[in-house]
Amino acid sequence: MSATITPDATPVSVTLESTEIRSWKAPIALAVFVVVAVVLFVVLGRDGATTFRLSSDSDVVQLADWVLPARPTGITVTVLLALLTVVVVALTTMGNRLSARARRMVLAASIVAFTFLFLLGFLTWAAAGAAIPVTGLLLGTVSLSAPLIFGALGGVISERVGVVNVAIEGQLLAGAFCAALVASVTGNPFVGLVAAMIAGVLVSFVLAAFSIKYLVDQVIVGVVLNVLVLGLTSFLYSTVLSVDTAALNTAPRFPRFPIPVLSDIPVIGPVLFRQTLIVYLMYIAVVAVYIGLFHTKWGLRLRAVGEHPQAADTVGIRVNPTRFWNVSLAGAVAGLGGAYFTLDSVSSFGKDMTAGAGFIALAAVIFGRWNPVRATFAALLFGFATNLQNVLGAIGSPVPSEFMLMLPYVVTVLAVAGLVGYARGPAASGKPYIKS
Amino acid sequence: MQLELRGITKRFGALTANDHIDLVVAPGEIHCLLGENGAGKSTLMNVLYGLYQADEGEILLDGAVQHFDGPGDAMRSGIGMVHQHFMLIPVFTVAENVMLGHEQTSFGGRLDLDAARKRVREISDRFGFSVDPDAIVGDLPVGVQQRVEIIKALSRDARVLVFDEPTAVLTPQETDELMAIMRQLRDEGTSIVFITHKLREVREVADRITVIRLGKVVGEAAPTASNSDLAALMVGRAVELVVQKQQARPGPASLVVENLDVIDPNGLKVVNDVSFTVHEGEILAIAGVQGNGQTELTEAIMGLQPRVNGRVSLGGQVLTGLSVRRVLDAGVGFVPEDRTEDGLVAEMTIAENLMLDRSHSEPFVARGSLRLEHLDGFAEEKKKEFDIRAQSISTPAGRLSGGNQQKVVLAREMSRDLRLLIAAQPTRGIDVGSIEFVHKRMVETRDAGIPVIVVSTELDEVVALADRIAVMYRGSIVGIVPGDTPRDVLGLMMAGERPSEVAA
Ligand SMILES: Nc1ncnc2c1ncn2[C@@H]1O[C@H](COP(=O)(O)OP(=O)(O)OP(=O)(O)O)[C@@H](O)[C@H]1O
Ligand SMILES: [Mg+2]
Repeated sequence: MSATITPDATPVSVTLESTEIRSWKAPIALAVFVVVAVVLFVVLGRDGATTFRLSSDSDVVQLADWVLPARPTGITVTVLLALLTVVVVALTTMGNRLSARARRMVLAASIVAFTFLFLLGFLTWAAAGAAIPVTGLLLGTVSLSAPLIFGALGGVISERVGVVNVAIEGQLLAGAFCAALVASVTGNPFVGLVAAMIAGVLVSFVLAAFSIKYLVDQVIVGVVLNVLVLGLTSFLYSTVLSVDTAALNTAPRFPRFPIPVLSDIPVIGPVLFRQTLIVYLMYIAVVAVYIGLFHTKWGLRLRAVGEHPQAADTVGIRVNPTRFWNVSLAGAVAGLGGAYFTLDSVSSFGKDMTAGAGFIALAAVIFGRWNPVRATFAALLFGFATNLQNVLGAIGSPVPSEFMLMLPYVVTVLAVAGLVGYARGPAASGKPYIKS
Repeated sequence: MQLELRGITKRFGALTANDHIDLVVAPGEIHCLLGENGAGKSTLMNVLYGLYQADEGEILLDGAVQHFDGPGDAMRSGIGMVHQHFMLIPVFTVAENVMLGHEQTSFGGRLDLDAARKRVREISDRFGFSVDPDAIVGDLPVGVQQRVEIIKALSRDARVLVFDEPTAVLTPQETDELMAIMRQLRDEGTSIVFITHKLREVREVADRITVIRLGKVVGEAAPTASNSDLAALMVGRAVELVVQKQQARPGPASLVVENLDVIDPNGLKVVNDVSFTVHEGEILAIAGVQGNGQTELTEAIMGLQPRVNGRVSLGGQVLTGLSVRRVLDAGVGFVPEDRTEDGLVAEMTIAENLMLDRSHSEPFVARGSLRLEHLDGFAEEKKKEFDIRAQSISTPAGRLSGGNQQKVVLAREMSRDLRLLIAAQPTRGIDVGSIEFVHKRMVETRDAGIPVIVVSTELDEVVALADRIAVMYRGSIVGIVPGDTPRDVLGLMMAGERPSEVAA
């Protein structure tokens, strides 16, 4: 056959048509929370007023207490939540009129507002007839989160370079132990801090050696290390530390060091800027790890090794040394988290004092999708949920404390399963690199 | 720079992949390496690049003996390589991939992404690629990824450049462009080693040709040698370069695709209102430049695409909405275009890969457990039939040479009880001898009365196999034309023009 091309040949459409993809996840999740709100705040609504204390006596700027009548607040909040849900539904069904970007912004803003309102409603309901110390609630959140954040940062570094770090718990515990012992003996918390980092690095050395050099399954090495460190520190605690507690297990704590001006800001000041050196180090660490990972040569190479070690190898990056040293670095960071236990919150080491914080840090790594900033927020959420349970327990609320204990975990499951969406870790995490 | 390999020997256990290979590449020369799948070409290049350590022999650059502990050393000595299997980080952007390993930093150690972007643009402009430096590599079609690999190698100003089958995933136009680039680099004095299975390319750019078979150099050939001579030297026997086939005798319509749309995660219609029919005993080739919706179309038929409108039916049975497993059970064989990503599990053995999509029923599974004797027998048979070059059927598929991996996928998909065969780029990366075999098998499949869809960006392959040709452009079918349509018409259709005499 002989088809000839004529000048007026019809070109097929030049750009691709685009259509709308709708996801109903967010509206459905919000609707579920609205139902919960209706049941708790309206049907089971409580009488009395809730006082939110925004300042403590030592604050420079004194804010007046916030007093909310429980039932009317509950009803108002529920109505607002329902309205927000309607907005999100509308956005999902007829969002075509807005640009994708605008839609995403509105959606994010609605979800943030929703979360905040729900929390307000819940606190008002749970503490009806009592007072909530807001500063105390947040301050406790920061102290409970600090070791988690250090642990999570260690986890992020290690997993990003391709080694699954289940040993965070062990690194925290070893850090706490060494910090207590060394600071007690030397009388200097700074030396204790360094000792904690070294302890974390030593745990990492074992993890790195076994998983990188001897190719033992990384999860198994991690689990074994946790058990080993727990056994070792408990043994040394009862045989060495308890013999002379005054000399060996009475660590000098870091003093609180309020940052001028910043610490006078209402609410935020006392919570964030009237802290110890370790917490300030933590702020620096979060920012440093974030910038380091995503904006420096170190981070680019580290992530390359964790994603596709062979490709990294072909551009001249030495895979196994990169893994080894970064896993060690991760240990040092997690060790700092351990030091927080003995040089900031209490001044002595106790058996198994980390009590699973390392595992929560691990969850924060995944919840935070291997991103240091998101992992930090995840750790803060855990800390907040845990402290909420403490505070509500203290003022006596209608929620059983067992239920509140579940809260951090329930939140994680919901978030990971639904709202966060598909979480994908570094592709080569957990896989040893073997050269032929 | 003059490159010389002397007596290079590389063994993998009992297998000698390179057996005392000598090779000299002069500055300003394009040296083609020819050889069957598994001949040891990639292995030799990996030794040169420092990825493998040679058991014997030495590498000389301008007469000086080199010692490479790793690719870093090789790169510092001026050797660059475009790898057969992409060495790109899928989650990184193009610029990040290009800068990796020799990053420029600005104030305070921050990555200088702007410099990297500029470098990418510079090279893209110089060689006529259009690559967005900020695109995430994993989102790019393979053809573009290939260009990123090339940009990466070029960005380091290598003086010895190895191209290991760079054209396997390129369109003819892209291939021509790449060959122009190679000539340009050669004229600037770069020594180039070029590996390909496409004889046309060899004859077009090669200054010298070395043929390797079973790990040994078997001879040199002049660039003027004919295709059949080159093929015979490579494979060690005469090869039929054109498929012999009878006129098709199409039966009733079997696969019916009606108004199919596929919407990608960004909401774009990557397949737009496509309708066609494939008859029993007919090969329909889907031609088109890579990335015009062919991949998504075949995936939609397989049930691999989540957002699909329209209807697909096979022999009256509706396939749309069925799970992939049901579609497979309906007798659809599928050779995916990206073998390493979708076709194989690299860690599993050849035998396991051969039964991968039949792991739930007879004959390989009885009462919930694998029947290993049966599997082994089957695998041995297929290894022989498809000429899969490997030490044994228990070799992990990831260890095979590129072409042999492709043969494993083909063997699996073509050995099932088929009612439809869809093969995307079925001969990508395989040698002329195996292409002959695969083409013959496809024609046999057709003659057995099975409808066959071949998706290919290779015009030679389309023309060789097709009874009818559907050309895709921007997600739509430009037209369906007879198998003997002239190439220039097909070429224009691939650019989106619809010849006036061709009905849509
Ligand atoms: N890492 C490895 N371990 C064991 N055997 C290997 C390894 N890499 C390659 N081989 C074997 O060495 C032989 C040569 O493989 P190579 O990849 O060099 O072939 P090739 O000439 O590049 O083939 P193709 O054209 O198919 O890419 C093959 O038999 C292959 O199975
Ligand atoms: Mg090869």
